[in-house]
Amino acid sequence: MVKTRLAALALIIASIMVAYFVYHTEKTGGRFAFKLGLDLRPGSHLVYKADISQVPDGQVEEALNSLRDVIERRVNLFGVSEPLVQVERGGVFGQGEHRLIVELPGVTDVTQAIKMIGETPVLEFRLVKAGQEGALVNPDGSLNLDSFEAPTLTGKNLKHAAVEFSGGGANSVFQGTPEVRVDFDAEGSKIFETLTGTNVGRAMGIFLDGKLMSSPVIRERISGGTAIISGSFTADSAKELARNLNYGALPLPIELSSTQSIGATLGEKALNAGLVAGAIGLGLVALFMLLWYRLPGLVAVVALGTYIAIMLALFKLIPVTLTSAGIAGFILSIGLAVDANVLIFERLKEEIRAGKNVQDAIREGFTRAWTSIRDSNVAHVIAGVILFWFGTSLIKGFALVFVLGVLVSMISAITVSRTLLLAIGLKGESKLSRFLMSSGLGK
Amino acid sequence: MHIIKNRNLYYLIPAALAVASLVVIFMFGLKGGVDLTGGSLLEVSYADARPSHESVQASVERLNLGDIRVQPTGEKGYIARLRDITDQEKQGLLQAMTVDGQTAKEEQFTTIGPTIGGEIRTKAWYAMALVLIAIILYIAFAFRKVSLPVSSWKYGIIAIITLVHDVILPVGLFAILGKTHGAEVDSLFIVGLLTILGISINDTIVVFDRIRENLKIAHDKNKKEDFEVTVGNSITQTIARSVNTSLTVIIVLVALYLLGPVTTQNFALTLIVGMVAGTYSSIFLASPLLVTWERWSKSRAQ
Repeated sequence: MVKTRLAALALIIASIMVAYFVYHTEKTGGRFAFKLGLDLRPGSHLVYKADISQVPDGQVEEALNSLRDVIERRVNLFGVSEPLVQVERGGVFGQGEHRLIVELPGVTDVTQAIKMIGETPVLEFRLVKAGQEGALVNPDGSLNLDSFEAPTLTGKNLKHAAVEFSGGGANSVFQGTPEVRVDFDAEGSKIFETLTGTNVGRAMGIFLDGKLMSSPVIRERISGGTAIISGSFTADSAKELARNLNYGALPLPIELSSTQSIGATLGEKALNAGLVAGAIGLGLVALFMLLWYRLPGLVAVVALGTYIAIMLALFKLIPVTLTSAGIAGFILSIGLAVDANVLIFERLKEEIRAGKNVQDAIREGFTRAWTSIRDSNVAHVIAGVILFWFGTSLIKGFALVFVLGVLVSMISAITVSRTLLLAIGLKGESKLSRFLMSSGLGK
Repeated sequence: MHIIKNRNLYYLIPAALAVASLVVIFMFGLKGGVDLTGGSLLEVSYADARPSHESVQASVERLNLGDIRVQPTGEKGYIARLRDITDQEKQGLLQAMTVDGQTAKEEQFTTIGPTIGGEIRTKAWYAMALVLIAIILYIAFAFRKVSLPVSSWKYGIIAIITLVHDVILPVGLFAILGKTHGAEVDSLFIVGLLTILGISINDTIVVFDRIRENLKIAHDKNKKEDFEVTVGNSITQTIARSVNTSLTVIIVLVALYLLGPVTTQNFALTLIVGMVAGTYSSIFLASPLLVTWERWSKSRAQ
């Protein structure tokens, strides 16, 4: 008896500590704050289709990984907190198109988000056709693209870009004119060296996003793989260009296929509504259990409290990204969590009716109810696992919460309820204890 | 026992409802949500009062973006549904929804390409089939030792019949709601159906489990008891549990439906209908069907 009572006390203290962990980490924020999905807080969710048709067979995975890295760097540049960038394979059995999924919390304007990701500068070096030096610009001021040859070198071979200042220098009072220096990779350096070596005296156009930045004349062979882009830069615009060049070059083309964005108020409203529904639902279930099952009902409510504390702690520790579907799953699981208790209590009642004393009835009730509890929970887990496979990210949240809930509630019902009921230690001979242990409308 | 004796009477309600559901499903069909069919959804709100439905609808139709449905949402908003559109087309739509001097503010925007929509739809069918197969196998396994007087696979078949009943009713409801209120079925709806399968099999398993136990007790004690009586006793012993566990689930679902976020309202409704249907079918359909089947096999054998 003392042992069960100590165990019961330990369980209650442990639950309170878990609950405190949940409360405390939420108040202070930081690493263990709840992770909310993009339907509960403002943000954008973008799905791109990756075009791998130009990528050689063996290099698809590598190309996709570098695509992810490039996008991730771009997104990080814009100061989005906790962005998610991942590549995924579509299709019913994961054999379909390759996709890039980008989640941007806090970015509610899809237009801005798309721009953020899609703004990849295209850098091109194109020779000016012989004899066309004077005809780069049409009489109306627009660019005459016919006077340029096809690009010989592009941003694909770029290794690094940096801002420099011509003229002035660090010791000078004048800062000089800002320029962007680009360093090519090994292949690019070789192309650049040949290009400049064989075309001394000709002009070369440097294009950025189809716009002519400058058209210097090649004076000599340039080895070492460095070129300078000059133009009418301000210090800031040069910096921005260098940054975009550094993070810009996508290894393969992507095409936007789905977008989703949630404004600031909508997610918050949904979250609050979910919390209210959960709290009221929990209260009503607790009330029902108390009224119908009396003392065991109280035990079930305590077990339910333990269950909720453990689940919330797991959400933080795993961590589980909570979506409105996930919260619905959690609320549903509160209703289901008492299922095992109800099974046990109904058994308990039968055993008491059969004339057993309360302690024996408790032990017997638990043992007998176990097969039913196990069987029905297996069915839940089967459904949950299949849901997880079926789901898009929002539904996976539901499935994960649901399966977790089934497993945790099974454990909490069996250990917590059992220990507490035994620890209360009603002998079951008095009228009062029989009343407390029975249920329903009977006496 | 009352339920067993009058079982044919109790078959009437679920049979009628299931047939009615099938009829409305075939007549009206279901309206697929954006995530299942592909397309766009733009929800806007207005700071003061929202302009009239007609003026917004008329304004967006001038854009020539194909079929656009505008529906009121909440107190100050509208939701427009149409084919999947580009970001530029969305800007135009947003401007078009600004009418009568009321500025439309974007609350949420979703656009889903047809490939992804079709994929989720296909996956949903596979998931349904998988859950049903897994459940048949599981029941056949769990009841493998029970073969007299009804063989274990019959438990599985009957469980599936009740499950089909439990999901057909919510589907029928949404066929009607789709017709009357433009309610759409989305991937959450499918999740709801799969969840009903998982939860409602639970009640059926508990009754069957009791029958299994009582058969064993009767067998061990060498007591000759009519199958009908055993089933009747098993129902009596489990009915409180079935009703009470369903009740706690329905309590939280009603809270979710009435107070929860708009996004999960249809989901909660689906589950409520499924749970009520599931509770009814586990008590009045599953076990009585076992008796019916046993009777029928017996009369054929004679």
